[in-house]
Amino acid sequence: MGESANNTGHAWGYLTQPEVRFLDAAVARLIPADELGPGAKEAGVSVFIDRQLCSNWGMLSRAYRMGPWPEGTPQQGFQCPLTPQEIYRQAIREINAHCVQHHHKPFPQLTTEQQEAILKDLEADRFVMEALRAKVFFDMLLKNTMEGFFSDPIHGGNRDKVGWRLVGFPGVASSTYPSRMDPEMDNVPYLVEPVSILEIEQNRAKLDAQGYPVHIAIKGGN
Amino acid sequence: MTTTADIKLKPVEVVVVGVGVAGSIICKELAVAGMQVVGIERGRMLESRNDFAMPYAHDELKYEAHRSDILQNLSRETLTFRNTMGERALPMRQHGSFKMGEVVGGTGVHWGGVALRFLPWDFETRSRTEHRYGKSIFPEDCTSQDWGVSYDELEPYFDQFEHIYGIGGKAGNLNGEIQAGGNPFEGPRSREFPNPPTPHTYSGSLFSKAAASLGYKPFPTPTAGMTQAYTNLYKLHLGECVRGGFCSGQGCAMDAKATPLTTVVPSLAHHSNFELRTLCNVIRINKDSTGKKATGVTYVDARGRTVEQPADLVIITSYAFNNARLLLLSGIGKPYDPVTNTGAVGKNYAYQVTSHTRLFFEDKVFNPFMGGAALGISVDEYNGDNFDHTGLGFVGGAFINTNSAGAPPVRVHPTPDGTPGWGSEWKKTVAHYYNRTFQISAHGSCQSYRSHYIDLDPTYKDAYGLPLARLTFDWHDNEKKMSEYVTKKAAEIARAIGPSKMNSHAVKGKYSIVPYQSTHNTGGAIMGADPDTSVVNKFLQCWDAPNVFVVGGSAFPQNGSNNPTATIGALACWAADSIKEGYRKRPGLLV
Repeated sequence: MGESANNTGHAWGYLTQPEVRFLDAAVARLIPADELGPGAKEAGVSVFIDRQLCSNWGMLSRAYRMGPWPEGTPQQGFQCPLTPQEIYRQAIREINAHCVQHHHKPFPQLTTEQQEAILKDLEADRFVMEALRAKVFFDMLLKNTMEGFFSDPIHGGNRDKVGWRLVGFPGVASSTYPSRMDPEMDNVPYLVEPVSILEIEQNRAKLDAQGYPVHIAIKGGN
Repeated sequence: MTTTADIKLKPVEVVVVGVGVAGSIICKELAVAGMQVVGIERGRMLESRNDFAMPYAHDELKYEAHRSDILQNLSRETLTFRNTMGERALPMRQHGSFKMGEVVGGTGVHWGGVALRFLPWDFETRSRTEHRYGKSIFPEDCTSQDWGVSYDELEPYFDQFEHIYGIGGKAGNLNGEIQAGGNPFEGPRSREFPNPPTPHTYSGSLFSKAAASLGYKPFPTPTAGMTQAYTNLYKLHLGECVRGGFCSGQGCAMDAKATPLTTVVPSLAHHSNFELRTLCNVIRINKDSTGKKATGVTYVDARGRTVEQPADLVIITSYAFNNARLLLLSGIGKPYDPVTNTGAVGKNYAYQVTSHTRLFFEDKVFNPFMGGAALGISVDEYNGDNFDHTGLGFVGGAFINTNSAGAPPVRVHPTPDGTPGWGSEWKKTVAHYYNRTFQISAHGSCQSYRSHYIDLDPTYKDAYGLPLARLTFDWHDNEKKMSEYVTKKAAEIARAIGPSKMNSHAVKGKYSIVPYQSTHNTGGAIMGADPDTSVVNKFLQCWDAPNVFVVGGSAFPQNGSNNPTATIGALACWAADSIKEGYRKRPGLLV
């Protein structure tokens, strides 16, 4: 399980290990690790997706689920009868099968260029799937990747707040922002160590009397 | 559905269906007047100390539209949608274009807090526009009409709402006298806002300077985020907003955003003549044998029991779609028929037309994560009929603003047009621009048309086996022309600020129910002076059943540019007064 070594400590709730390897590879193409820092794989986006698939959302328990299920127009939105759990399982199986058929290897073992080409085919809906439109899966994967990269680490992604560090988002707000609503502070970047809900839960962040974190200034920034 | 209930309760004087912005105020006003009131709400009770406690109130993902548990649970009930009458409507399976609430406080719990009043023109769109330009300026299929009530009649009730909600702003027109620093185009107001305007922001000051250089009169957008600690009309205390930036779509940890939960609901607990029933879903308004009088409502409670609650007076105050749907399910009023253009229930659905111009800079940073409800600056030169429409080929307009509403990064990580949607180039661009961008938006009016309406879906049902509401709506040429015009004006202001790159997109093509646009849906149970073309009269009273009042965005005959909440609040105050001072003393039609 070397590929998912970065996920140590997570008890996988839904995804199988081959599926984790697929997602680690795919999300690493969507948000790659590069000179700017870690990417989606390092951020733990596969863990995030696993946890989301175990949540209410993974079974669309708050979505309307009655048929009939005609595909409709793009303006009518999501009309797939499968749940996200079923979409991930089925799409990964079909994509891996396609890769084995055409490249003799599953998706995670393809070259970066081959993986990118397949993701582009999925995005453009050129990839023909049996059970669903490729774009339904791609849009879900991309949205979940962004969510896993940028949401609070309490949800299993954004490990070490790498998504927030990338853009300079401070996380849980400080109660001192009103002091910045001043012409003197125009165009002055607010550079602080981001604070997550996870850190507050683990008593690793200092709070003020109102329960807001005390932000610690850092130098440099984006 | 069976017509016999499992439980039949003792009659009460008033039953209010839906305890959101409109319903909570009406419950309170009628309870204060000594009436016996039951508020029925299908959502659950919330307490900010529990539901919106720090730090969890700052969890962006928790309030993402597909996950949020303060939004309507679509597994039980949604609506179906199609662009045109020739298409088959399909269910809105997930929240997208708009986000209705389903808790005590309704959509008012997670609103963004822009608290503009509608313009005087909005209430008399048809007559004022025809008077100025002639009848032919309206498209032939346009069904926009006057409300039957004027701005001047509603002014005291806007004022009342603003003092319940602690709105912060700067008057631009005090009793007819134009005030420097305010909006000179607003209707005359009888006194200043109860709270001061929003504080300075960098993006707001850049917008303000650029707008002024083009000859416009920028003003601070009226806000429901407290600009100072405030004790409201109902003696409830709200804290000052800390501009934490988790606001629209979310609840406030500080009780600093005016919502039904912070401004009205806690004060209802003091009234022994008021009772709140939560997790109870009203499925029908019951009528007597004449069909012209309501006898109460039937609801399904949390245990699944069907309960009949008889009442002398039934007030429907749920979201626009559901107000129309309940009337249709109950056989109150004549359903609208778009083919013959007769009937009124479901007629004149409209939806605010929003477009955005995003500015990217190399040398400016905005710390966009700091922000709050309606924290920003607006201009009103292109709103309503504030500009000459001669030769423009459309009716209506937009207010143009910039708003520091916070920038939680799952939702807000904008890139210039042409940037790839993922990969290294995307990552580099997001990292560079997240802090170097803000947007200017145009929020436009929407006229009503024959083919834009709400009826009952022939196929899809809710969890109780009742037909869903069916929405038929698309962008009309009038609105596309309006959007193109006002978006160009917004882009001119943007250019005057000098961004290095700019995305500017007017509304075009077909309306899609997928991307979030606004929760500003109106019509379906519209006001008017003529029983043939409206569901309720100027007092929000059903023409066809005088002991039924229907209050909310459903009453708007067309959509103004300005966000609807303040006008919904004013209508609630006005309707409550009409009931207390009018209907209660002499039951029957008030006009």
